[in-house]
Amino acid sequence: MSEVLVRIRGLSFQRGSRMIFDGLDLDIRRGQVTAIMGPSGTGKTTLLKLIGGQLRPLAGTIEVDGENVAQLSRTKLFQLRKRMGMLFQSGALLTDLNVFDNVAFPVREHTQLPEELVRDLVLMKLEAVGLRGARGLMPAELSGGMARRVALARAIALDPMMIMYDEPFTGQDPISMGVLVELIHKINKALGLTSVVVSHDVAETAAIADYIYVISNGKVVGHGSPDELDRSGSEWVQQFMKGLPDGPVPFHFPARDYADDLLSGEKC
Amino acid sequence: MNWLQQLGRAGLNFFERLGRGHIFLFYVLAGSPGMFIRFRLLLQQLFSIGVLSLLIVAVAGLFVGMVLGLQGYNTLVDFGSEESLGVMVALSLVQELGPVLTAILFAARAGTSLTAEIGLMKATEQLSGMEMMAVDPLQRVIAPRFWAGFISVPLLAAIFSAVGVFGGYFVGVGLLGVDEGAFWSQIQSRVDFYDDVLNGIIKSVVFGFAASWIALYEGYDAVPTSEGVSRATTRTVVHTSLVVLGLDVIMTALMFD
Ligand SMILES: Nc1ncnc2c1ncn2[C@@H]1O[C@H](COP(=O)(O)OP(=O)(O)OP(=O)(O)O)[C@@H](O)[C@H]1O
Ligand SMILES: [Mg+2]
Repeated sequence: MSEVLVRIRGLSFQRGSRMIFDGLDLDIRRGQVTAIMGPSGTGKTTLLKLIGGQLRPLAGTIEVDGENVAQLSRTKLFQLRKRMGMLFQSGALLTDLNVFDNVAFPVREHTQLPEELVRDLVLMKLEAVGLRGARGLMPAELSGGMARRVALARAIALDPMMIMYDEPFTGQDPISMGVLVELIHKINKALGLTSVVVSHDVAETAAIADYIYVISNGKVVGHGSPDELDRSGSEWVQQFMKGLPDGPVPFHFPARDYADDLLSGEKC
Repeated sequence: MNWLQQLGRAGLNFFERLGRGHIFLFYVLAGSPGMFIRFRLLLQQLFSIGVLSLLIVAVAGLFVGMVLGLQGYNTLVDFGSEESLGVMVALSLVQELGPVLTAILFAARAGTSLTAEIGLMKATEQLSGMEMMAVDPLQRVIAPRFWAGFISVPLLAAIFSAVGVFGGYFVGVGLLGVDEGAFWSQIQSRVDFYDDVLNGIIKSVVFGFAASWIALYEGYDAVPTSEGVSRATTRTVVHTSLVVLGLDVIMTALMFD
């Protein structure tokens, strides 16, 4: 068993005419919490979807547990996905099922467990995210933060080997944020699984991450343990870790010169 | 030159969508055996697609039958053959109006909600979410809805025709004084099972297949935004109506003797 669970080499991906990734290399090691950070719109969500095999790379390879995701058959891909949990940025809860049934969904789909066991399992997962009392609510009756915690409970329902969290902390109050940080850390250590966390919350992420990748403009601009990154000489990394407005990381979506644009008087 | 280009592009788009529609259908059919094992999913959909369309189909059938009774009587009475009213009403319903109007009503009542439901599930990433949980949405979500529609339409068409014949009976026998015995006995002796009823059933089976396929594919292929879903919903009604009427012409010509 190799130490690296996800190995990405020379990954390129395009949306329309825009290169989202251009020769990206990245390793996610087993049993660790790997954080992926980067400005909004750099393609972090896209990267997770590529790892999950929902999108196909233009060039390069993505290996998960030794298998090239883009070349797997549908059946093989589904078998691999049973061992991957993913927390969607939007939650992606099934709106016609209540909280309990949403968390029970993957369990019922993939196992033949008797209903009493499903019940215990689901309640344990909901207890972990603090929403055992909300089991009867429909997704439309949840706040954004609560929906995300339900989605988290669902992602860990089958005890996967790897969990990908897309912005797990967004929309959480300081208390549930603290609980979630602790929770991600705990499941990772206790169950020995591998976690990938996409997040903008530098402090929280640095607190639990074993390794951090900072990506910008389709490339890795810095990587290392949180301490290494803190001491890194790279301007990119410094700007991102400290949240400075000025630096090499652009705040703006690529555009023509601002004054030029205002003065040209063209119709939008 | 410009419009020629546009025509070419439109043609290419059309065939591309058509191709994707067939691939979609292939995966739905391929994913269907698994669904019959979990029969509960199909039953749920039969209820929400079939049973809930029952009222609108029955009411529409009654009205259409009554209109046929009134119009048919006017024509037939001139030839002194108003006893044939029953046959006329029954044949029009069983062969044509039952299958066609049921399919169009189905598109409006159930097809639109299928398209909107699937389109919104796509827009809110529920379908992607399922895929990431290693659950195939074509098998779990689409296939039960497809088969429920396929099974419902012929049954609804039968109900439409039956209720319609009673509508014609109320008007013809009840209001206009056609002889009751003649009304029913002529239907019994002149409506042939193989030539008339079976042809109607074949039509409604084909229409049920087409209507369910179109509604689900439009939803699955919708642009995942509110505008995209609303357009897809409109397209479901328009395309289903046109396809059903077109297929009706072809099948009627083939069954003609
Ligand atoms: N369906 C799509 N079609 C075309 N372009 C897309 C699509 N989805 C995303 N993009 C583009 O891909 C880029 C990366 O998007 P992605 O959602 O991966 O960003 P992100 O890093 O997750 O950002 P955020 O931190 O804001 O969630 C964006 O610039 C966006 O414009
Ligand atoms: Mg994102």
